Amino acid sequence: MPKIESPQSLERYREILKSEREKYRATVSVCGGTGCQAHGCEAVYRALEGELSARGMKESIELKLTGCHGFCEIGPLVVIRPQGIFYRQVKPEDVPLIVEKSVLGVEVVDELLYQLPDNGKRMVREEDIPFYGKQTRLLLKDNGSIDPRSIEDYIVQGGYAALAKALFEMDPDGIIDAVDRAGLRGRGGAGFPTARKWRACRAATARDGIKYVLCNADEGDPGAYMDRSLLEGNPHAVLEGMAIGAFAIGACEGYVYVRHEYPLAVINLHRAIEQARGLGLLGKNILGSGFDFDVNVSLGGGAFVCGESTALMASIEGRIGEPRVKHVHTAERGLYNRPTNLNNVETWANVPLIINMGSEQYAMVGTEKSKGTKIFSLVGKIRNTGLVEVPMGITLREIIYDIGGGIPDGGKFKAVQTGGPSGGCIPESLLDTPVDFDSLYEVGSMMGSGGMIVMDETTCMVDIARYFVDFLCGESCGKCVPCREGLKQMLYILEDIAGGRGTMEQLDLLKELAEVVRDTSLCGLGQTAANPVLSTIRYFEDEYVEHIVEGKCRAGVCKPLLTFLIDPEKCTGCLRCRKQCPVGAISGRKKEPHLIDQERCEKCGICLEVCEYGAVVRK
Amino acid sequence: MVRLVIDGQSVEAEEGWTVLEAARHYGVEIPTLCYAEGLSPYSACRLCTVEIISRGRSRLSASCSYPVQEGIEVRTNSQKVRRARKVIIELLLASCPNSRTLQCLASKYGVTRIRFRPEDRGCILCGLCVRMCKEQMQAGAIGFANRGTGREVAVPFHAKSEVCRECGACLYICPVCELPCPGPLQPGQLCNACLDSLQLEAFPCKE
Repeated sequence: MPKIESPQSLERYREILKSEREKYRATVSVCGGTGCQAHGCEAVYRALEGELSARGMKESIELKLTGCHGFCEIGPLVVIRPQGIFYRQVKPEDVPLIVEKSVLGVEVVDELLYQLPDNGKRMVREEDIPFYGKQTRLLLKDNGSIDPRSIEDYIVQGGYAALAKALFEMDPDGIIDAVDRAGLRGRGGAGFPTARKWRACRAATARDGIKYVLCNADEGDPGAYMDRSLLEGNPHAVLEGMAIGAFAIGACEGYVYVRHEYPLAVINLHRAIEQARGLGLLGKNILGSGFDFDVNVSLGGGAFVCGESTALMASIEGRIGEPRVKHVHTAERGLYNRPTNLNNVETWANVPLIINMGSEQYAMVGTEKSKGTKIFSLVGKIRNTGLVEVPMGITLREIIYDIGGGIPDGGKFKAVQTGGPSGGCIPESLLDTPVDFDSLYEVGSMMGSGGMIVMDETTCMVDIARYFVDFLCGESCGKCVPCREGLKQMLYILEDIAGGRGTMEQLDLLKELAEVVRDTSLCGLGQTAANPVLSTIRYFEDEYVEHIVEGKCRAGVCKPLLTFLIDPEKCTGCLRCRKQCPVGAISGRKKEPHLIDQERCEKCGICLEVCEYGAVVRK
Repeated sequence: MVRLVIDGQSVEAEEGWTVLEAARHYGVEIPTLCYAEGLSPYSACRLCTVEIISRGRSRLSASCSYPVQEGIEVRTNSQKVRRARKVIIELLLASCPNSRTLQCLASKYGVTRIRFRPEDRGCILCGLCVRMCKEQMQAGAIGFANRGTGREVAVPFHAKSEVCRECGACLYICPVCELPCPGPLQPGQLCNACLDSLQLEAFPCKE
């Protein structure tokens, strides 16, 4: 395929591709996201491939491995279009039946349909399932229908039309104004107005005429995989957004900084760049407009701190990934000391959407100050684990209960953690908080890049704070004192409290230290590192006090505070716990009540798990 | 010239100065550890933290790298600053309990107890030696290795350096590898010998 040299030829090419696809009677999409890969979607895909070719249907049925569909809990997912039949937990042995009934015929395979948990009703189509019904999937809608390995697939679905429009129908200032009117704010977490960032970088003078646009794909929050899924499932949307941004800013070169732990994202991104270059959608004189722009991929080594803008730039330059002070903004002096604009994956993916939809239409979604949608990875103690895209302003309750299906196994909700290690834990009393940048900040958390971890009463809030501080201790770059030393001392205090050695003075010290770390750290990592501690103290101080004063962990997580006892009334003397105890702490003869030696007990809880008579109690 | 307010005084500073330079020019004292004239500012110890009020918003910032700006107000000794400074000294003393420089700073800025768990590591990672070696001695023999709590100053791969000329400039500039403070006996204790001294400015035990 020769390079596309004008927007007209792009449209012609799109028409050709569309007519080529008319031969297909139906499309079978297998979710190839990381979640479904783990569930074994590759085998399902191969089985479908074999079945379709055995039946001689390869020419009439389109089969593709797409990006993440979102409902990772019940993968592997298979969707048959145009009917829109949605099958879950598909195994290779289900494939002949699916092809027989739903591809050849017009029936559905009942057993593979999603079942409502409360009344067992089976749902045929994706949009009928409550998990999808309450979402507004603007960014993710193509994820389930595009083969990320094929630029043609992206073009058929309207891809690169926004770039053509931006290059030929708009001027750079007009694009920035459009993004401004759309009210787009950075999806990396802090919510800085994107247009303001772009304008500053456009206004900055480059000494040698070179400016950069960067894409931050160094997603590192525990439990978060939004950017990963976007890059894996729809890399061209990110590239198109970057090209539009580069044109608006006046940049000629771009970098995607992506973690090397995301192998599929890296492969798909490289392939997408090659394909876009091949068609002249990246490189010199894009679509004959005279605008040059190319994208490089820079692999991150897995340091959380490299998601910080200046550390990221240092890392691309080949230096230690360490933040520097930002009194001179990166818009003026960033990568290689040249004007640089950095946005997150999801922010870039929003850009083509804004150009295609129009700012006004885009701004209809969301709240007054937070526009558009936000993708969250909904994980933890939640029934419907997965990737959800919701309009800004939806309440946490709607996300957790209507989309997420609530807490599984009859558990009781305790808190939801947003914003990863920089965010905070939000209690049940604040579940009606609207999800937007400012409201989440007000309640002591933050939007973050979109991790949402749901916790139930088996989660100890002291332990959660300890977990995040421990994570940050290892991920801090170690440059500035408050972050490096402060986090370490915070961890010691939290370990003391969780270990039953804490004092009330230590709790006050923890608060004071957390505030100083927040106020004096050099970069965003340190300044927000205290949030998990401050927010858990703010909403769950009683749990801290309980650990210290009563020596009790109500969630049963902090082992040093637990005691395992055997109720002699219930114990039948079956020897089971005695045999299983790894430290030999249980004594007692057959058919006589057993006894746990508290000195030797390691509190592993195995006795509790193996006892069939409910004789072991945890206190 | 840039006009700004430092501790209630209206002053003028030259464009390009940092807040620390301006304050020192007018005799306002701000403690520093990782700062040295002639080396690029590093802003890691955060001891030079001051409160900066700009456009109605107050925030703490390291004065050694903050460029003077028209109309800002700088407070070098507000309650917020004092609290942050004390906690930072305390944190540093927990990692280098017998450093004389740190013990003297503690006395001077009213730190009377260390509430953190002491762990003598003999280095506060201020990076003065690294910058000295690179910027003044043009050698670049040492650098930082590892991250987070495992960070250390090291020669590459802990092997004998081929570029080190053993000039000793790193030792010369190090604020903690000097004779230890004679005061405290156990890590985590404070000397505070000079706390009651009338001549706090002179750091009596340093003579």
